[in-house]
Amino acid sequence: MDREPVNRSDQSSRTGDAGRSDSTNRSSPEFNRRDFLRGSGAAMAATAMAVAATEQQAAAQQQAAKVVSAAPHPVKLNVNGVDLTLTVEPRVLLIDALRNDLNLTGCKDVCDRTNCGACTVLIDGKPVYACSRLVMDVEGQKIVTSESLLSPTKTDDVVTNFCKHDGMQCGFCTPGFVMAVRGYCNQNPKATVDDCRKGLGGNICRCGTYAGVLQAAFDTAQTATPIAKGGA
Amino acid sequence: MAERKVGWEPQGQHTLVGKEIQRLDGPVKASGQAKYANDTNPPGTLFAKLLTSPHAHAKLVMLNLDKAKAVKGVKAVIAMAEVGQEVRYEGWPIVAIAAERPEYAEDGLRAIEIKFEVLSHFVDEADLKGAEAADVTDAGEKVKLTKSLGTQKKGDVETALKEAKHVHKGFYGVNTITHMCLEPHGSHAAWDGDKLNVALSTQNVSGTAGQYVKPLGIDEASVSIKCDFIGGGFGSKFAVDEWDVACAKLAKETGKPVRLLLNRATEMQIAGNRPSAFAEVTVACDAEGKITAWDSHHWGTNGPKGGTVALTVTPYVFDPPNRTRTATGIITNCGPDRAWRAPNHPQACAYSQTAIDDLAAKAGMDSLSFFQKNLSLTNVPHIYGPELEIAAKLMDWKTKWHPRGQGGGNGPVKRGIGLALHTWGGGPHQSNVTIKVHPDGSVEVMMGSQDIGTGTRTCIAQVAADTFGLPLNAVKVSIGSNKFPKAGPSGGSTTIGGVTGPTRRTAQQALWKICDLAAAKYNVDGTSLSAKDGKLWSGDKEVCTWKQAASLVGPMALELQGGPVTEDEKLTDKQVGGVQMAEVAVDTETGVVRMVKMVAVQDIGLIVNRLLARSQVYGALIMGIAYSLVEERIMDNKTGRFINANLVDYKLPRIGDIGDLVVEFYEPEDQYKRGVIGLGEPPVIAPGAAISNAVANAIGVRVPVLPLTPKRVLDALKGARV
Repeated sequence: MDREPVNRSDQSSRTGDAGRSDSTNRSSPEFNRRDFLRGSGAAMAATAMAVAATEQQAAAQQQAAKVVSAAPHPVKLNVNGVDLTLTVEPRVLLIDALRNDLNLTGCKDVCDRTNCGACTVLIDGKPVYACSRLVMDVEGQKIVTSESLLSPTKTDDVVTNFCKHDGMQCGFCTPGFVMAVRGYCNQNPKATVDDCRKGLGGNICRCGTYAGVLQAAFDTAQTATPIAKGGA
Repeated sequence: MAERKVGWEPQGQHTLVGKEIQRLDGPVKASGQAKYANDTNPPGTLFAKLLTSPHAHAKLVMLNLDKAKAVKGVKAVIAMAEVGQEVRYEGWPIVAIAAERPEYAEDGLRAIEIKFEVLSHFVDEADLKGAEAADVTDAGEKVKLTKSLGTQKKGDVETALKEAKHVHKGFYGVNTITHMCLEPHGSHAAWDGDKLNVALSTQNVSGTAGQYVKPLGIDEASVSIKCDFIGGGFGSKFAVDEWDVACAKLAKETGKPVRLLLNRATEMQIAGNRPSAFAEVTVACDAEGKITAWDSHHWGTNGPKGGTVALTVTPYVFDPPNRTRTATGIITNCGPDRAWRAPNHPQACAYSQTAIDDLAAKAGMDSLSFFQKNLSLTNVPHIYGPELEIAAKLMDWKTKWHPRGQGGGNGPVKRGIGLALHTWGGGPHQSNVTIKVHPDGSVEVMMGSQDIGTGTRTCIAQVAADTFGLPLNAVKVSIGSNKFPKAGPSGGSTTIGGVTGPTRRTAQQALWKICDLAAAKYNVDGTSLSAKDGKLWSGDKEVCTWKQAASLVGPMALELQGGPVTEDEKLTDKQVGGVQMAEVAVDTETGVVRMVKMVAVQDIGLIVNRLLARSQVYGALIMGIAYSLVEERIMDNKTGRFINANLVDYKLPRIGDIGDLVVEFYEPEDQYKRGVIGLGEPPVIAPGAAISNAVANAIGVRVPVLPLTPKRVLDALKGARV
């Protein structure tokens, strides 16, 4: 498991996207570790990024790092618009807190290592793998899970479109894919089919539902409205 | 007086059957509100994890659980293997731990004191000579790792080869792949006194309870199995596994519900795979291009049992007059196989129809013409013939075809096309149903079946609602429990016929009873009545509403049971044929194969739900692209370990990797009249050969082993240049 250090001082560096291939902030000062890992595939950029990362890490270490104990402690979360407090050990991942403590099991644990996208949720409007964040790192951020997309009075477009195009079979990857599509379309309204092919590479489906998902994503993008930065 | 007869309406006359109907559980699945075994989470649930063997072959010499039991949050620890026992593959379960949180269970695993004596192993499944020479012992005895699976002969191969105009010899192979169900194997177990309630991720709701009886000493009647949703099975989830039994034991010991699902690595190591197959083939044809002889020896492994692909499907689909086939199984220290979507067929297709395509190239013939010329050697030429015409049109075969290696225009990227044929049974399994028509007109259908993602729930509702002339939402379907009428397991494309047949017949019988009640009340001929738009009609004259008719059943529901379909009811059939064509672009500098397009033309008799049927074929094509291009288990010969047992290194295609997929159903009236036939397996069979043939067409040489990774493509090109 790819656990990050329990160190609160560099929180701002990990608010970016996870696993999305449409990242636009690789060169921004808010450059994060995941972007570094992904960017390292491109040899040219990697060196410069590594230097930037080292510098940033050094800068982070200069700040007064707040090291917390391993004991359970309260964490304030905002999930689907509800403020709540969980008391968990600092090593607990967001995915496990959502699934096991809050019974929000729409985010699925599949790959055990931040690769498949089945646990995708929105954090401050951006699609993020819930297994790539510690609970304590998302304190104060707005977390949106797939469950919020369907209620007796409201069905989100993305759910409607997945049903219309049958973008699911067993349904296990589906909520993660739905959240990835929701986040991607919010960030890329009017995306073309080709855009969707490139932008939704962060999720794995085994049943082979990509054809339906692609159509659902395209339809969703056509009615998506861009969201304000930092909003959910 | 109209005749009452069990059966389907004539083609085009059903109101719901055959239409594009969205799956009923789509919204709850898409929003993540659907609860799988893996999501079962009542308060107090403990989380269980396994310690498994890191060795391919070893003897357990020491195991001390005391420290693990003392770890904070750990509630129970049980051994699943004994000291002195040999483990025969990596991932073999040794200890199960239940704890208050998954993190504590991990802590417990780390505290286990364990020692192995490592023994020699063999995992190189492609190496037949190596297997013969290997020195591996089991319980101190030297083991022979190769097992003859027999030779079968027909005709006179030797003479036919002498008389043949063209003879081709080649080597082909298909590597082992796993099922990779995204929901791992496992369960949630909770005791209620002496009763055991299990949420099991299973393809076999009605057939699994009995498997708890012996290991737990419990009555089968006391076991409740529930599975409303399953996150993938593909043939690997028919049984209760030893870790499910361990989960129930942990629940018993702690007095709390316990959830135990395998982690990803263990899932890949021990929860099933599709056996490998490698083949030396000689195939020959006459001057006309008619295949006259086949001679093959194939080998591979299914793990510790030492099997490979069945002899009977070799050569695949084409059965020449002179044929010899031999198979050898290799015992390996790899995880055991399980049925993988269309067992035996994809591998046999991949090593047979590539060889046949190479023979076509040797004879200087267009692959399509060559396959067409040999259709008389197949079981369903009357299906393949027209399907090939349809597929060729959809692929624009005539325009795109070029002799091997002579297409592709400029630069290093070469284009090519290829094709393959497949067949499958898909007849119905044995399922029972209970249908209730309540006095208020609402309808219930109950079956101990399961919806493995194919849309079974929706298809049952469609058939019942269609028969009663009601909208889809008027029917409530209850499946996913062994307390409902016994139904067959969902495997081998048997479910759609198995569940819709009894539902249709029993719904028709219920309707006739209600028609008779209405006939008496409204003084019309009961056999003249039909149900449509929520009403009963005599000809085009409205007799009463459905609700009025249903109220005649009395104070309690009309309840009918129905058993499995019989052949003479003509509700279902078996035996289909399908044609697939692939177009690829191969970068001859990097070896990367890109999918451009795939065409699938498929016969499935009467289609119940067009939207869901198309999804099955899309899914099969994508799984096919996966095992053709990227997906394989990689065993490390030195350590005996499955070194890419994770979703990073075990590659699967992503949404941008599949190209354009074109699905067409072959459904003339004579096919419709056959009734319902299963669809899950057939379209996953042909992609391997079709894609490999397309790559050979593009680059001019055969890449012999699937998946066609860049290295294998470059190696094949390099070989061709030498």
